[in-house]
Amino acid sequence: MKYYTVKFDNGNIAVDDTILVKDAVSSAGSKILEGFKPLFSAEAVTRLENKGYKIAGKTHVGEFGLDLVGEFSYYSEKEDTLKGAASELVASGEVKAALGVDMNGATRRCAALSEVDFLKPTYGTVSRYGIISCAASGEQLGVYAENAAEIAEIMSVISGHDEKDGTSLKNLSYDYSITDASGKKVCIVKELMEKADDETKAKVNAYADTLRKSGVIVEEISVDIFETANMAWQILMTAETCNNVSRYDGVKYGHRATEYKNIDELYVNSRTEGFNFLTKAVILYGSDVLSKNRYADCYDKSLKVRRVIAEKFEKLMESYDAVLTPACSKTVYEKYDIHEAFGKVFEESVFTSLANLIGIPALVCGGIQLMSKHFGESTLLSLANSVEKEGK
Amino acid sequence: MNYELVIGLETHVELETNSKIFCSCGGHSSAKEPNDCVCPACSGMPGMLPVMNKKVVELAVTAGLMLNCNINRYTTFDKKNYYYPDLPCAYQITQLNHPICTDGVVTLKTSSGSRDIRIKQIHMEEDAGKLVHGGKVSYVDFNRTSVPLIEIVTQPDFRSAEEVVTYLNKLKSMFRLGGISECEEGAMRCDVNISVRPEGSEEFGVRTEIKNMSSFEAIEKAIKYEAQRHMDALEFETEELVQETRRFDDVSGKTFAMRNKETEADYRYFPDANLMPIIIDDEWLEKIKANKPVAVDEKAEDYRLAGISDKEIDMLISNHKISKLLDDIVSMGCNAKDGAAWILTDCAGILRKDGKTLNDLTITPEKLFAVTNMVDKGDINRNAGKKILIAVIENDVDPIAYCKEQGLDKKFDASAIESVIDKVISENNQAVEDFRNGKVKALQALFGACMKELKGAGDPAVIKTILEEKMK
Repeated sequence: MKYYTVKFDNGNIAVDDTILVKDAVSSAGSKILEGFKPLFSAEAVTRLENKGYKIAGKTHVGEFGLDLVGEFSYYSEKEDTLKGAASELVASGEVKAALGVDMNGATRRCAALSEVDFLKPTYGTVSRYGIISCAASGEQLGVYAENAAEIAEIMSVISGHDEKDGTSLKNLSYDYSITDASGKKVCIVKELMEKADDETKAKVNAYADTLRKSGVIVEEISVDIFETANMAWQILMTAETCNNVSRYDGVKYGHRATEYKNIDELYVNSRTEGFNFLTKAVILYGSDVLSKNRYADCYDKSLKVRRVIAEKFEKLMESYDAVLTPACSKTVYEKYDIHEAFGKVFEESVFTSLANLIGIPALVCGGIQLMSKHFGESTLLSLANSVEKEGK
Repeated sequence: MNYELVIGLETHVELETNSKIFCSCGGHSSAKEPNDCVCPACSGMPGMLPVMNKKVVELAVTAGLMLNCNINRYTTFDKKNYYYPDLPCAYQITQLNHPICTDGVVTLKTSSGSRDIRIKQIHMEEDAGKLVHGGKVSYVDFNRTSVPLIEIVTQPDFRSAEEVVTYLNKLKSMFRLGGISECEEGAMRCDVNISVRPEGSEEFGVRTEIKNMSSFEAIEKAIKYEAQRHMDALEFETEELVQETRRFDDVSGKTFAMRNKETEADYRYFPDANLMPIIIDDEWLEKIKANKPVAVDEKAEDYRLAGISDKEIDMLISNHKISKLLDDIVSMGCNAKDGAAWILTDCAGILRKDGKTLNDLTITPEKLFAVTNMVDKGDINRNAGKKILIAVIENDVDPIAYCKEQGLDKKFDASAIESVIDKVISENNQAVEDFRNGKVKALQALFGACMKELKGAGDPAVIKTILEEKMK
């Protein structure tokens, strides 16, 4: 498998192709950004470099991070079994860690399939400056690594206020400390277990058993918010993506069609050639939910749903420290046709959308997913660490 | 039948800020070449995020206060989607759902009496760039993209073109006084909504909108043409009026319907998730209020009462920087009328010699007051004051230190003046003799010699009197 779109010598941190590295071609896996060389690096990249880390290269990513695990990149070779480039690179041990943008769960699915850790941090804790943005209200830059301790190390470097990002929270640092997890309470979500195949279910149950060995209380309960959260996030995400990729019009940079007679044709031809079918479906869907006749019932309602679900989750977190769920329905994805992608991604995102919608942290580890309340990273890393310790 | 004209106005005003609304690029007025004032943010490159320029909020609030609006403490930004090459992100950041100011009112004095125009809202937004057409190719200039604008939307309260022009002139004076905008050519653009109804009718007629006009003359002409067109349609059924957007052609003096394609877009407005809601708390609002200039009319009246001439008042009202400088030195204890003369006559005169205007004046109120105060206290005469002022304006010297250094203060005390006069008399025996023999001209020569010796210090009248007395 080919990991990199651009490779540098002697690096130890890989970053995915939606994250800008100054002067290195950054295309977010899309033909529309063919050859685009940014004038600056993402804040997270700069912070790592300032601390002596070195960027190993840019890894393949599905066009704008919209697919399952990176299968629809314009630049990568098609494989029969689908795996994420950054997650596989971390699993192979070639790099210490990798950065990825979690926008619609692709990074978390990649980590689950490659059996490495990935943290999608609390919204606003890591600067979004320098990521090729699609869904501003829920995307976050996160970290892939071998274990919880490595994630904590990288997170403490990249997190904290950045004045270049208006959504960046004011805190200068956050708690990523790993402590004893015994006595913590975790719930397994019944509704999501029902959506996973047997192998995945077995993984979650095995993980729960290991947690129990460390003195963690685990119980299965019903939490009826995930399907609604998924619907709301898909509406917000497609709308925001439709808007954010509209700047890729062939006028300023990236791909421009060679055949056009006027400005309208320049737009239409460049975008028709530059985007893949999945991105086009997302643009159409997003454009529809923002249209005059649909706005109130789709977009505006989703914003309300976001608030209600955030309250419900907060309430749940009064009784539990974390939620344990599958990160995706399967342990292996097979090659499929891009025309099926929109529906497939929608279905699989039922596991991941909640964290994007309400901005909570989610940690994928040992093939499963843990979620907690805002700023609950330390809890998640401590739980993961207790299991990783057992495994050794 | 008699008809009544009903007009509502949307006015875009470019704000006077040092940087653009969401990035640190300088204002486009400093640009020399196309795309001089451009960064990855205002040219729509991926990865850059908008960061709110606080000054824009403060100027918009100041405008709202001057127009008696409610200041909304919670205000948000929305994205307006459309494709055009001068709009690099393919969306404009503007305010739809929670504009910064709402429900204001401005009172106009017109030939038909006093009229209140209700302000529906004021919102903040970014400007678009500019297309430059050259033969078969068009070029994009992003200097103007993301330059901050406020849009002031009125209720349909105007009843004549004259009222509209009075209102626009009033906005212009207010915004200049408030340091909100210089409202130079092109920095103030209007969309005019216009309809006509039979006098006494409560219902509105069919409304048309004339887009994007910047000269007041054109606005007046366009309103008059469009009103006549509406009235002819109603009276003589010359055509059927439809709700549409039109443009005014300055050459023919007529309005023309714009293609539907340009007007019937669904802009798919939605909240901008990159910009957090802005909360204007009491402390911030009070700070803005404290810096807000008083209303134009009040201000003019204050100046009039202080004995400042109408011509000077006009100069002060139209220049926020200068009126603020005057207010500052007055608050320190300078007489307003004298202060106005120091600024508008002396400072302006000094600057004019270097081909500059009052806009180039950089003197601090403290330094100016130091000069006027020395004169007022009688430490130095006005000539010496002016000499110091020149040095302050040209070389930014410290006025008090400069005065001492040049000995302008010492020579003013009576004994110093007397000793200079004695010296001049003893050195110019012939002239003294001539004067005593009745040659009046000789006095002038002796006086000139004294002034030369005193380097301009001392009160000329006093010097003349002492000189005459000593020679008697």
